[in-house]
This record gives sequence, structure tokens and C-alpha cells, in this order.
Amino acid sequence: MTLDRPAPTRPPAVPATRLAAEGLTLRYDDRTVAEDLSVAVPDDRFTVILGPNACGKSTLLRALAGLLAPAQGRVLLDGAPLLSLSAKERARRLALLPQTMSAPEGITVQELVQRGRFAHQRVLRRHSESDRRAVADALEETQVADLANRRIDELSGGQRQRVWIAMTLAQDTPLVLLDEPTTFLDLPHQIEVLNVLHRLVARGRTVVAVLHDLNLAARYADHVVALRDGAVVATGSPRDTITAPLMREVFALDATVLPDPLTGAPMVVPADTRSGVPVS
Amino acid sequence: MSGVDPGRVRESSRSRVRVVGGERAHVGLDRREVRVCVALGLVALVLGFVGLWAGDFPLTPGEVMGALVGPPFAVVEPIAYTVVVEWHLPRVVAALVFGASLAASGAIFQTVTRNPLASPDVMGLANGSFTGMLLGLVVLGGSWAGVMAAALAGGLLTAAAIYVLALRDGLRDFRFIVVGIGVSAFLAATNSWILLRLDVETALFASAWGAGTLNNATAGAVWPTAAVVVLLLLVLPTGAATLRQIELGDDLARATGVALDRHRLLLLLLAVALVSAVTTVAGPIAFVALAAPQIARRIVGSSGIPLGATLAVGAVLLLAADLVAQHVVPLTVPVGVVTVVIGGAYLTWLLRREMRTDR
Ligand SMILES: Nc1ncnc2c1ncn2[C@@H]1O[C@H](COP(=O)(O)OP(=O)(O)OP(=O)(O)O)[C@@H](O)[C@H]1O
Ligand SMILES: [Mg+2]
Repeated sequence: MTLDRPAPTRPPAVPATRLAAEGLTLRYDDRTVAEDLSVAVPDDRFTVILGPNACGKSTLLRALAGLLAPAQGRVLLDGAPLLSLSAKERARRLALLPQTMSAPEGITVQELVQRGRFAHQRVLRRHSESDRRAVADALEETQVADLANRRIDELSGGQRQRVWIAMTLAQDTPLVLLDEPTTFLDLPHQIEVLNVLHRLVARGRTVVAVLHDLNLAARYADHVVALRDGAVVATGSPRDTITAPLMREVFALDATVLPDPLTGAPMVVPADTRSGVPVS
Repeated sequence: MSGVDPGRVRESSRSRVRVVGGERAHVGLDRREVRVCVALGLVALVLGFVGLWAGDFPLTPGEVMGALVGPPFAVVEPIAYTVVVEWHLPRVVAALVFGASLAASGAIFQTVTRNPLASPDVMGLANGSFTGMLLGLVVLGGSWAGVMAAALAGGLLTAAAIYVLALRDGLRDFRFIVVGIGVSAFLAATNSWILLRLDVETALFASAWGAGTLNNATAGAVWPTAAVVVLLLLVLPTGAATLRQIELGDDLARATGVALDRHRLLLLLLAVALVSAVTTVAGPIAFVALAAPQIARRIVGSSGIPLGATLAVGAVLLLAADLVAQHVVPLTVPVGVVTVVIGGAYLTWLLRREMRTDR
């Protein structure tokens, strides 16, 4: 089984990119996280960012979403510098789910997901029909519609995570960036969330997600960006990027990479490094 | 806990389209908040009537009504008119409008800093106004307008100083509050030092103002200030949706489309303007800004601070405190003393409660 989709009208070697970073230097106070970092996000694809903890994945995502102004370089959205767009204009084209969120105490699922609609609303305007539809669709898509009137603080971690994703989807943007959207989720729910993202891509949206599960990344990604110490080590299809040498280079991980028996995508089996276990 | 709005639950089970059932006006108020506002409005009417009626000059309730509705409908005693409309009415209106204004300013501070203990008085604006007022007294002597201008300048300069001191690579909530508290303590010490240097009479007058009082709420001072405050409050609804996004945290507020730096500054400017306008007439009245948003949030049972109910709570709180200050305690005390007592009691209760519910 392969992830078939209509043949692209452009040659896939040079996919169009609405969102691209050029020569970014990213910095917090005086800690430099990345220098001269360039990334192109292919349109209508599922891009997965991989890399070890603290390598700068979240920082890159925040820069791509316009939340962190680069010290040097620029992010282009539809050919224009991202920071030249108004905040609302940007948020109508691009949504970001950060790695950690905090909900106001006592807020209901419904209310929270509605807040994803801010960029589509004018001052002093009530919720419009399109707002209602987007919220309803997002709740339905992430399978939290039956939680709509529950309070966020009464939900399980996994339910809560899906509600946050619903809020991001309610923003109804062609580009969706998610920072570790599958944390807190059990395996079936991770798969469910990734299927949601896969459906978004199939319907013509561009998705970028940071994931830590290499095997799920290999199965779902159309495009992989592997980061290490704030630099891009490899980009390309999972087959080209999720390889034993690259796993060693990116994660310092000794692993055997086999074809996934179901999909043929790469499957990473880490070497057994328990002490006392004889290495065969 | 009373988390679930019964109205909403009923509607959701009745209709298949649950999402429409949970509708909440983006700027408007939800049903529970409307009920709270109506109830508080009735309380304000009753207290307001008491405020117009009570005083050294004996009046019947009929005379009060007559003075209010005016000649075509009622025979008005000139003296009753003077007492009710010229003396009592400005003070009642001042209490209501200023209370709402302080409460709104507290709501903005607390939402923007995401800290229920933030408010313009805790963060030094009150002390700053008082410093300005004292310096005005010392330097400008008698001119009331000059002294008030100095008080206004004191508050605004303090706000600007805190903003600049706290601003480093973006505004961080906690630093903002800590800097505010530090500045506040510094100004309080300065104020004591200046007070000790004034002659007794001036010092007494200045202290009363510094505690926050509606004794200076004369018609001439109240009407223009109240008009300014009402105009400022009319701007508030345009910021309501932005405030709600800010509750989600900096990253999500930005990601969902808030131009955070600009809007945060504009909202804080509005809050400072609201509190400064009140301070020029009434001095720095403490605790209304701090307590009203939190009281409103608990009565309404909403997730964030409900703006409409906050204004209503602030108005009722200050009016009630002023009635107590004027008529209940044996000697007339500045209303600020009463709000401090109420606010202190409330704060203690709140902290105890939060500590108990902390899991
Ligand atoms: N707000 C901040 N201020 C200062 N330094 C930061 C801040 N956020 C992140 N950093 C630093 O920047 C570097 C990259 O962090 P980042 O959050 O981008 O990593 P990450 O790849 O997302 O890691 P993880 O997989 O753990 O989420 C780290 O060294 C981190 O300590
Ligand atoms: Mg991260």
C-alpha cells in the first residue's frame, strides 16, 4: 500500500513552497539556537521535523509561524516576508499549535475551540455561520464533539491534546504547524491524530509537525527535515532520510532500519544497548 | 463546583446541533453573566437611592423622587433639589462610574499579566499618583487643578517607568508585577517622607486624599471626569476579544492572530487612563481594581474575567463602601479605608480558599 494521491501538476523534484525560511539565525537573549538555517516547506505535503531534544525544532517552528523574529534571515509566506503581514492576516493563512499550552481555568471545550476563530472575526462581531461550521467540523474531525460542554481541566491528557488540535483546525488555515501533537496520546490515539493530519493533507492543506516517533514519522511523512544542533542534517523522503547512518548522525542512535512489513516505509529498530546483554 | 452552565446544558441536549447550542456572543455576555449584571443593577439602584436620600438633611423618599424626576411631574422643594441633585447625586454617580472604571482597569491588568494579584494599585500607580499630588502641593501650593495635574502626571510617569523597567525582550508577566511592587514600595516610602515635611493641616488633607475619598466629588469635578471615564469604557468592548485570546498565553495569542505587543500596550494604556481619571478626583482608592474582577469571575463562574459583570461589581462595591464610609462608621472615614478593609478581608478569604483547593 502506498500513499497515493493525484499526480502533482508540477515535477515533484521542485515542489512549490508557500512557506520557506532563508538563512535564519534564531536566538533567545544571547543563546544562539540556529545559524544560517534554510528550510522549504513543500505545499500540500505532510512535513515532519525530526531531531533530538533541544536541537531547535520548536524554535524553528515558532520562527516559521512568526512568533519568534529571526535575528538574521527571513521567513517568506507566499513570497512576502512573514513579519510584514498583519497578525490576523498571518493567522488566517497559518496556524501553530505550540508544544505546551495552558487553558484558562474552567474553560469549556466549546469555548476553547471557538477561540481558534479569532483571526476570522471582526471587532464587535458575533460568531458567524462560518465560525460555527469550522468549530463543529474541528470538533467532529478530532472526535471530541461529545466533550463540547466539558471543562478542559476535567479531561484526560489525551482528550485535552485532541481539543487543542481541534482549536488549531478551527483556525481553518491552508498551513498547519504542530509541535509534538501526539505527546500524551496512547498509540491508537497517536494514529488517530496522524490520520486527521493525513486527511488534511489529502484535502490540500500543508501540514508540518514535530514528531518523536520515528516509525510513525516514516509512515506518515511525505517529507522529512532532520535537525541537529540547529542545523538541517538531511531533507527528503522518509526512505532517503530515515536510514541507519542518518539516525546515527542525527540522534547518535545505533539502529537497524528495516522495511515496515505493512507499508514498506523505513522502520527503525534501535540496537539493544542494555548492559549485560551480549551484542550479537 | 458550579462549572456547568445549566442553560447551556439544557440547550445542548435539546438540539442536535450542539455547537450552535453552546453559542456565546463574542463581545456580548453569556446568559449567566447577564443575570448577574441585572441583579447587580438592581442592587445599585437600591443603594443609589439610599445614597441620594441619606444625609444630615432629613428628606422623605417622596422628596428624593420628586427632586429626581423634576418639575413637570413633581413639585420640587428648592432645598430638596439642592441636597439631592447638587450634593448627593454627583457623589452617587462618582461611586458607580469610578467603581466600574477601577474594576475595568483591574480586569485589564489581571488578564494581560495573567495574574489575579495584579492591579494598578498593587503595582504602584496609586502611590505614584499620590507622589505627584504631594509634589504638586509642595511646589504649586494651593491650585487644585495644578495639584490634580501633578497627580495625573505622577500616575502616568509611574506606569511608564514600570513598563520601561519591565520591558526587556518583550514584556514578561511576572517581571512586570515584581517591578511594579518594587516601584510601589519605593514610592510609598517617598510619600511618607514628603508627608512628614508638610505642615499638619496640609498633611491631614493630603492623607485623606491619599487614602482615596469621594469627599471631593462635587458636581463640577464629577461630571467632566465621569464623562471621560464613560467614553473610555465605551472603547473597552473593542478589546474584549483580544483580552480573551491573551488568556491563552503569549504564543497562542500570537498564533491565533493577536498583534500582541501593540495590543498589550494599548490595553495597558486604556487601563492606566481609566484609573488615572478616577484618581484625579477621588485619590488612589485601593482594592476595587484588585478584587472586583475576581469577585465577578466567581459569581459568574466563567473561565476568564467577565468584563460586564466586573464593571457591575466594581460599581456596586464602591457605592456600598462609600455608604458605609459616610453613614455606618461613627466618624466619616475616606472610602479608601473601607475598600481596604473589604479588600483585605476578601483577599485573605481568596488566598485561604485557593490554598485549600490546591491539589
Ligand atoms: N524561551 C527560551 N529562552 C531561552 N532559551 C530557550 C527558550 N526556548 C528554548 N530555548 C533553548 O533553545 C534550544 C532549542 O530549544 P527548542 O525548544 O527549540 O528544542 P526542541 O528541539 O523543540 O526540543 P524538544 O524536543 O525537547 O522539544 C534549547 O537549548 C533550549 O534550552
Ligand atoms: Mg520542542
